[in-house]
Amino acid sequence: MNARLIIALIWLALPLHAQGFAGLGQGGEGFALPEPGRVFDFPADHGAHPDYRIEWWYVTAALTGEDGRDYGVQWTLFRSALTPTGPQVWMGHFGLTTPDAHFTGERFARGDIGQAGVEPTPFDAWIDDWLLTGPTFDTLQLTAQTSEAGYDLALLAQGPLVFHGDAGFSIKSQSGQASYYYSQPFYEVTGTLDLPEGPMKVTGKAWLDREWSSQPLEGDQEGWDWFSLHFDDGFRLMAFALRGGADFHYASWIAPDGTLTPYYGDALGLEPLATSVVEGRDVPTRWRLTLPAQQVDVTVEAVNPGSWQSTLFPYWEGPVRVTGSHAATGYLEMTGYE
Amino acid sequence: MLLTIRDLSKSFDTTDGPQPVLRGVSFDLDAGQTLALTGESGSGKSTLLHLVAGLDSASGGSVTIAGTDLATLGDAGRAAMRRDTVGLVFQQFNLIPSLNVRDNLTFHARLAGRDAGDVATLATRLGLSDHLDRYPEQLSGGQQQRVAIGRTLAARPRLVLADEPTGNLDEATGDAMMALMRDMVTDAGAAFLMVTHSERLAAMLDDRLHLRAGRLA
Amino acid sequence: MNRAALGALLSHWVRHPLQALTLVVGLALATGLWTGVQAINAEARQSYDRAAETLGQSALPRLEGPLTLRDLATARRAGWPVTPVVEGRLPGSRARLLGIDPFTAPPTGASDDLAEGAGLTGFLTGDLVFAAPGLDLPDGLPEVRVLDDLAPGLVLADIAVAQRLLQTSDISHLLVLGQAPVGAPPLTDLLPGTTLVDPAGQGDIARLTDSFHLNLTAFGLLAFLVGLFIVHSAIGLAFEQRRPLFRTLRALGLPTGRLTVLLGAELLVVTLVSGTLGILLGYLVAAVLLPGVAATLSGLYGASVSGSLTLSPLWWLSGFVMAGAGLALAGGQSLWQLARLPVLAPAMPRAWARAQATTLRRQAMAGVALLLLSLSLALWGQGLVMGFVCLGALLLGAALLLPPLLSVILDFGTGRARGALSQWLWSDTRQQVPGLSLALMALLLALSANIGVGTMVGSFRATFVGWLDQRLAAELYVDPGTAEEAAEMVSFLEGRVDAILPVISVETLLEGAPGDLFGQVDHATFRDNWPLLDAVPDVWDRLAAGEGALVNEQLARRTDIWAGGQIDLGAGGTRDVLGVYSDYGNPRGQAVLGIDDFNDRFPGVTPQRYGLRVDPARAPEVSNALIEAFSLPEGRIIDQAGIKGFSLAVFEQTFAVTAALNVLTLGVAGFALWASLTTLGAMRVPQVAPVWALGLSRGRLAAMDLLRAVILAAFTAALAIPVGAALAWVLLAVVNVQAFGWRLPLLPDPLGWLTLAAWALVAAALAAALPSWRLWRMPPAQLVKVFAHER
Repeated sequence: MNARLIIALIWLALPLHAQGFAGLGQGGEGFALPEPGRVFDFPADHGAHPDYRIEWWYVTAALTGEDGRDYGVQWTLFRSALTPTGPQVWMGHFGLTTPDAHFTGERFARGDIGQAGVEPTPFDAWIDDWLLTGPTFDTLQLTAQTSEAGYDLALLAQGPLVFHGDAGFSIKSQSGQASYYYSQPFYEVTGTLDLPEGPMKVTGKAWLDREWSSQPLEGDQEGWDWFSLHFDDGFRLMAFALRGGADFHYASWIAPDGTLTPYYGDALGLEPLATSVVEGRDVPTRWRLTLPAQQVDVTVEAVNPGSWQSTLFPYWEGPVRVTGSHAATGYLEMTGYE
Repeated sequence: MLLTIRDLSKSFDTTDGPQPVLRGVSFDLDAGQTLALTGESGSGKSTLLHLVAGLDSASGGSVTIAGTDLATLGDAGRAAMRRDTVGLVFQQFNLIPSLNVRDNLTFHARLAGRDAGDVATLATRLGLSDHLDRYPEQLSGGQQQRVAIGRTLAARPRLVLADEPTGNLDEATGDAMMALMRDMVTDAGAAFLMVTHSERLAAMLDDRLHLRAGRLA
Repeated sequence: MNRAALGALLSHWVRHPLQALTLVVGLALATGLWTGVQAINAEARQSYDRAAETLGQSALPRLEGPLTLRDLATARRAGWPVTPVVEGRLPGSRARLLGIDPFTAPPTGASDDLAEGAGLTGFLTGDLVFAAPGLDLPDGLPEVRVLDDLAPGLVLADIAVAQRLLQTSDISHLLVLGQAPVGAPPLTDLLPGTTLVDPAGQGDIARLTDSFHLNLTAFGLLAFLVGLFIVHSAIGLAFEQRRPLFRTLRALGLPTGRLTVLLGAELLVVTLVSGTLGILLGYLVAAVLLPGVAATLSGLYGASVSGSLTLSPLWWLSGFVMAGAGLALAGGQSLWQLARLPVLAPAMPRAWARAQATTLRRQAMAGVALLLLSLSLALWGQGLVMGFVCLGALLLGAALLLPPLLSVILDFGTGRARGALSQWLWSDTRQQVPGLSLALMALLLALSANIGVGTMVGSFRATFVGWLDQRLAAELYVDPGTAEEAAEMVSFLEGRVDAILPVISVETLLEGAPGDLFGQVDHATFRDNWPLLDAVPDVWDRLAAGEGALVNEQLARRTDIWAGGQIDLGAGGTRDVLGVYSDYGNPRGQAVLGIDDFNDRFPGVTPQRYGLRVDPARAPEVSNALIEAFSLPEGRIIDQAGIKGFSLAVFEQTFAVTAALNVLTLGVAGFALWASLTTLGAMRVPQVAPVWALGLSRGRLAAMDLLRAVILAAFTAALAIPVGAALAWVLLAVVNVQAFGWRLPLLPDPLGWLTLAAWALVAAALAAALPSWRLWRMPPAQLVKVFAHER
């Protein structure tokens, strides 16, 4: 039994995660629950909300290297509360994708000792030496490394925060499970990747998701497919489908000025076009995405179909290239493929 | 009678069944007598000598030396008989290669537990005085045979057996050796039985028997 | 032509199947012995390398000092992979409480049960702890789940829970799991006031296993030499026997070159066949012996060696190289002689033997030269390689001297012999020496190697046990825990034991290299048990008075500072060296101060252990009383008798392995002797026949042949004993010092040597038994044939 496994078992054992991602749908007694109409308070809300069971700070960056090739970076900090009054537990994920390689990292920490945490002012999110930090939420530095690879990126916001669903109250099922969900989708990125073959200077666009909740999923929902796309004309699109039970679709159409239009249900079309065998699983790595209301009909294709995050709960996450009615770069996350 | 041979026979096992070599030979030899046993190659004369020496066992008949029937003796008894009563001289390979001439000369006597007597005089008689510290392989064939004869005589056996003792030597040397041996044996009062195919050598002894196809002729 | 000639050469083997068997089996045995020892060595090393990785994991460096979980965060935020540990005695029990941080910790014995899931939240929230079976735990604990695979006496809890139970906010230390990224500040800079402690004992284990491997390597080398002689002997005889055939073939017009090529091809075939057999045999040897070696290594050093073997290509190669080297050496010489052989050279054995006189003189000179070389290397040589060269020169020199020495002894015996029979026996034995010399050399080498290695192991054992006596002179050792507990314990023990000897030390730089500095009370235990290699007068009084320090042999050798010199003891200051004590198996430098002196220098340091002197019969009673009164867990009190018993059992294992190798090498040497005697038996008929004709029965001749073999073996053994002792001395006093910096005293074991010599005689008698029996049972007609005219 190795060290990783015991940690994995601890996470698996948390009631919240008893069945992996699907477990996100289980009960949240004693925790605070998201309510519509919340008035967000910044910068305080950039920090942690320990009353809620689960929360994350999620950065994805679709990048282009000096060599003209596509790269992708993921940095995630998860917070989980074991009980409404009990200890906080932190988990960090690292992802770095090149067209022909994918690097994964994972860290864990207890919450009350300073090994991991989030401070809103000045903004500082960290676990061990993996950092997302800056004077404000708009000007951030992102660094992390594993024994194999690392990155050091500067993120500069070119637009406002956007709030998904009903002004940040994001419904996740027909029966009303929900989370608080906002994003900063307008980061311009410059920086350096540390690859085994040497450093690579990159530029591109990053997307930061903030989300917290206590019982965000229905019990019969198995996983999700999540897209964040930066169109060349300055528009952004966030779309997700929750699979299992009654599939739940949602999309946010974001104008360059930050104006957000939500779309529910059939307004968003998602159709897997091709799958790849990754770690013994069939994972869709080419999609057709349609949002007829905005004349969007595009093909989304993984830069590297092997972008597998072999972490405690393994999932697929990596950069994508978009062609069709619109051209874009972006990120795709797929969970729950067994 | 020192040596009595009665109805002695010997067969060797071959692939064609038993092959008789001796077919009932009888004769006597007393102390002081010298006897030559002649015959062609394969007539059985060497076999006869070996049986008398107790080097091999007879198929039938008896060999009695000084009143003892060899058939009643075991391996050790026959060895004792050779040691104490009999002296042997062969055509070759008589000597012990690891011992020098002096030790070879006295070897048989000491083996029999007797005093070898005056080795120096013996060596002088044999013409070996200058060679006492040499080893057998450093001697000529004639010298080696003289050592063998001297060794036998030093042990003072009552019966001396010789098988072509001069067979490896040239005629003149051989004759001289033969005379020396005969004289020394008779001087000691021993009996002398010699096997040879040479009529000339046989003539040098008192009596003579001829063996043909395993029988006395 | 080739076919006809080859047919003639091979027909010899068909006509003499026993000789063919001798050659093949002899070569196979030699190869097998070599391969077997090599295999054991390689397997043990490989396993040890694997084990070392595991050991390295379990012996992690640790950061010690005043630490809290905040410091964990600081270190991890700087990129250091560290995990915190808090340890202490669980209040109100004899259990040891271990607090870990599951998020950063390496695996523990509780992993499987944590895997059951439901308990995990409880473990992290402080509602659940794990405990080893059989513990008497106090009330007021969270829910306790008993785990069978937890270390005895242990209670495992989340670190926060453990801190709460121990009423502390500190942690005991941080385990350092790996390296920080480039550019991260050193941990001791990051967390001032802390010290990085390297895992204790790890170096010792590596050094000791190295020592064991060196011994095995030495055995391998000796086995190689023995094998080489055997191969040489087998090949030499095979050529000697066929000399008349070679002569005939050449007389019939076969060119020498062609004959040489054909014989070379024959040798190659023999190499392949015998090599293969030998390697399989070696595998067998290794498979049988490896469990013993594995047990020795794990028992002695705690290094695990898997008891199973893998047949690696390396063995095949080394086996063939061995067989090939022997053949190249022996066959090459024979082929060379053959090439120079006149067509009508005499085939007389005696002539061959006479030519040996010159050879003997040359051998004697070469032998003396080699012994002188060995001696000078032993005295002035530097480095491990020179140590091995010294070893090889000693053995080769002794082997070369054996035939000349035997000849001289036997000539002397011949001269002094009275009876005709004894004279013949001596002189005839003397004549056999050339024919048997190679086999006898092999016997000498085998016997010397056995005596040498046996003495080395014996000395090692005696020294080690002596060292245990010295270092574990006290009957009981107890770990006092905290300073308060220590004080309580001392007052409890007053009157119950004869003496309480604190073991107290600090780590410091000794002449610039890391080492340990001890404080020692003045007590008869030390005065009586510590043998000093070098000392000033009144050394113990002066030590007690604080006038200087004792240093261990390693430190003295490394720095060349001995009694009367001055040494820099780092934090201990510069001191006069009062004496040097031996400290086997410890690669680190060590120094000892008087206890008062030590306490003045290091007032804050408390004893790690107390040694308790007590009547051995009362030791269990005291031990139980301590356990009762202080709820001491297992492991905090050590019983000296138990440790000694364990150590002795381990040495028994080593002896079993050595004994098995002894039997094997002697067996192989015996086989070589048998092969030579068998061959000579046929060649000797013309030499034996006249004696038989003169009145010595075959039975007595056979008995004398047996006696001759035993006499030769006895002389060989007589020579082997001093050679073996010299070998042991080189191993202990030259090779070991060059390799490890410490010297083992040579402890002669005359009884063991005589036993081995007796076994050599038995081996010789067994080797001569069959040839003697054949002589005894030889048909008279065959002996008579010698004299027949036809010849």
